[in-house]
Amino acid sequence: MTDTTVTHTSQMEPRPAGWRGIAADWASDQRAFKNVSWGKAMMWIFLLSDTFIFGCFLLSYMTARMSTRVPWPNPSEVFALRIGGSEIPLILIAIMTFVLISSSGTMAMAVNFGYRHDRRKTAILMLLTAALGATFVGMQAFEWTKLITEGVRPWGNPWGAAQFGSCFFMITGFHGTHVTIGVIFLIIVARKVWRGDFDTGRPGFFTSRRGRYENVEIMGLYWHFVDLVWVFIFAFFYLW
Amino acid sequence: MVDVTPADAVPPAEVGEVELYHPHSWWTKYVFSQDAKVIAVQYSATATAIGLVALVLSWLMRLQLGFPGTFDFITPEAYYQFITMHGMIMVIYLLTALFLGGFGNYLIPLMVGARDMVFPYVNMLSYWIYLLAVLVLVSSFFAPGGPTGAGWTLYPPQAIMSGTPGGQDWGIILMLSSLILFIVGFTMGGLNYVVTVLQGRTRGMTLMRLPLTVWGIFTATVMALLAFPALFVACVMMLLDRVLGTSFFMPAIVEMGEQLQHNGGSPILFQHLFWFFGHPEVYIVALPAFGIVSDLISTHARKNIFGYRMMVWAIIAIGALSFVVWAHHMYVSGMNPYFGFFFATTTLIIAVPTAIKVYNWVLTLWRGDIHLTIPMLFALAFIVTFVNGGLTGLFLGNVVVDVPLSDTMFVVAHFHMVMGVAPILVIFGAIYHWYPKVTGRMLDETLGRFHFWVTFVGAYLIFFPMHYLGLMGVPRRYAELTDMTIMTESARHLNSFISIMAFIVGFAQMVFLFNLIWSIRHGREAGGNPWRATTLEWQTPQTPPEHGNFGKELPIVYRWAYDYSVPGAKEDFIPQNVPGDFAPSREPA
Repeated sequence: MTDTTVTHTSQMEPRPAGWRGIAADWASDQRAFKNVSWGKAMMWIFLLSDTFIFGCFLLSYMTARMSTRVPWPNPSEVFALRIGGSEIPLILIAIMTFVLISSSGTMAMAVNFGYRHDRRKTAILMLLTAALGATFVGMQAFEWTKLITEGVRPWGNPWGAAQFGSCFFMITGFHGTHVTIGVIFLIIVARKVWRGDFDTGRPGFFTSRRGRYENVEIMGLYWHFVDLVWVFIFAFFYLW
Repeated sequence: MVDVTPADAVPPAEVGEVELYHPHSWWTKYVFSQDAKVIAVQYSATATAIGLVALVLSWLMRLQLGFPGTFDFITPEAYYQFITMHGMIMVIYLLTALFLGGFGNYLIPLMVGARDMVFPYVNMLSYWIYLLAVLVLVSSFFAPGGPTGAGWTLYPPQAIMSGTPGGQDWGIILMLSSLILFIVGFTMGGLNYVVTVLQGRTRGMTLMRLPLTVWGIFTATVMALLAFPALFVACVMMLLDRVLGTSFFMPAIVEMGEQLQHNGGSPILFQHLFWFFGHPEVYIVALPAFGIVSDLISTHARKNIFGYRMMVWAIIAIGALSFVVWAHHMYVSGMNPYFGFFFATTTLIIAVPTAIKVYNWVLTLWRGDIHLTIPMLFALAFIVTFVNGGLTGLFLGNVVVDVPLSDTMFVVAHFHMVMGVAPILVIFGAIYHWYPKVTGRMLDETLGRFHFWVTFVGAYLIFFPMHYLGLMGVPRRYAELTDMTIMTESARHLNSFISIMAFIVGFAQMVFLFNLIWSIRHGREAGGNPWRATTLEWQTPQTPPEHGNFGKELPIVYRWAYDYSVPGAKEDFIPQNVPGDFAPSREPA
């Protein structure tokens, strides 16, 4: 009970090796992730939480699909388009996927130009990303319309298990909402970039905080996440 | 504290000063405030208000159970509505909101030495969406058909069928919508709490110097951010089942001789989603309580917490384990026996870190300079209650013991002790402890002791007999028990006795509320640090702390939060912002 020690905050001892070192790094002074800003940390943690939401949706869909005693409609046939006299399976989905993945590319370029403070190119690339995102949502609307005219409803469809329509509308709808929100925020951030808010330090309308070019990257994190989720939906819903 | 800062002893600031939004009017200062402390009070007041509704509902249930047939207005339907709303409000809208939204908002920025949460605007939105969720919930009382009566677990298929109150009316729709809103609002606040703890600490405040209160709230928030998604998804799917007629959770089913439109859904899927949220939820409520009680015990026993690092790792271990035990709520739902074996094993393993915590609390008290203040009384009561409730948890965690006890009053007794009474005792202790910081005045001591003894003894008199009733086989969730052969003369008397005790304990809470309001103006002046505590929130230049918390300069942390009764020090506590050169420390190296 007498071995008291004098502690200095400045002690810069070498970090211990292995797990102890990892724990010490994480627990270190002021911030756990040294080069990560508050906004970026918040976006990452939000995306982690959102991953659990999409994970639960997909797991529920898989449970429904595996436990149903009625045959599951064949996605290759349901999602086929008749082009030039022949049925091409999954062609629309392929185009949608291509569009969305491309938008990830333009987003990455926007982030790059953002950090070079190239306002014009950043804004244009962000708006291009938004346009690709809007195209994706538009094609999704087309797909929904087509299926609805063919008789697919949330509570049933002509070909088999009722859960096919339920899961389809719920999961693509929830993902489409994410894309739509992303498009809206892309336009908002692009406008700020265009106007030079991040150079002049103009405070945000609601938050009265100054933004930085890093906001483009944070926006990008969300966008890439939405793309990544789509890849999983594509794999599990359309290709299975 | 000594006002000298040795220049070389301080690491360079990694976190720049924040821009705070400074309010210009009464509205932005007290109503649409972005100050975490105001948001905390708003959260707490709203949670207390809705909690009172749930308290009254419990009285109505006890009226029916204790004196069956006496009160005509409590129909079986109404009874189910009371039970559902009581459970849901207490677990989500009171305990979760009060611990994370209330204590989290107030204590995190102050304890880690931050000016505010990292995104105050989002934090403000979090409260207003929470309020909206509460209003939607309350509106179901006035909707046609009344609130839902599906039980707080909302199990389908019964939750959305016409035989259940609110099942084919507005009740269940409003309940699910309210939960979705709550989750959205909570996520906004929760992200703030997590990022503030990870990235917004003041200089010198390493994670291993955080007060355990912050550790508890932080871990609980991380868990909530990962567990609430499952509830969110379950709510969305059930809402679709109810409104659009999908069949996620609805099997083919005949109701009143009529085949329903649903087909092929899985009610068990809902149970998995619900309990994947529901079990972590128990610890979302318990971990902040663990953290707070550690600080209360250390402060009021004037002794450093025993095994600080073990306490931190135990919190993390409990948080991680609680994600792999959910199906112990489903032993009677029908499950592969090997799953039952797995979940029983993980459940019992949780007893290890929780036992470590209990031992460390007791060892902290051991040979301490114990001051039997009201926060300390509540903290001691918590330990006892938590051990009691935890032990019955070991009964229920075993499949073979759970099966006969499931759906009896034993279960009611268990979870009320462990996640009802125990966390509430900590909330009371915490309010008595931090009220002087929030208002600048102490709560009244006499009323406080009255409140403590009636609540503590009363809660035992309510819930201990329930164990006995449960072992006799008295089922839970039954509106009417009189004619059952199980209900012997003694069981009926016991039920009436429990009811009377429930009213007395409820009355004590009114005294507490009176104390809360009365002391704002008439309480004894508290000063800045009435408990002579070490953590940063007691070192603010003003009490109550102003917007921005710490005046011009943020404090610099030189030591852990538990330097009480350090040999060789002038006083029996050394605040965290006293440089190490001027006082020894007991911080583990």
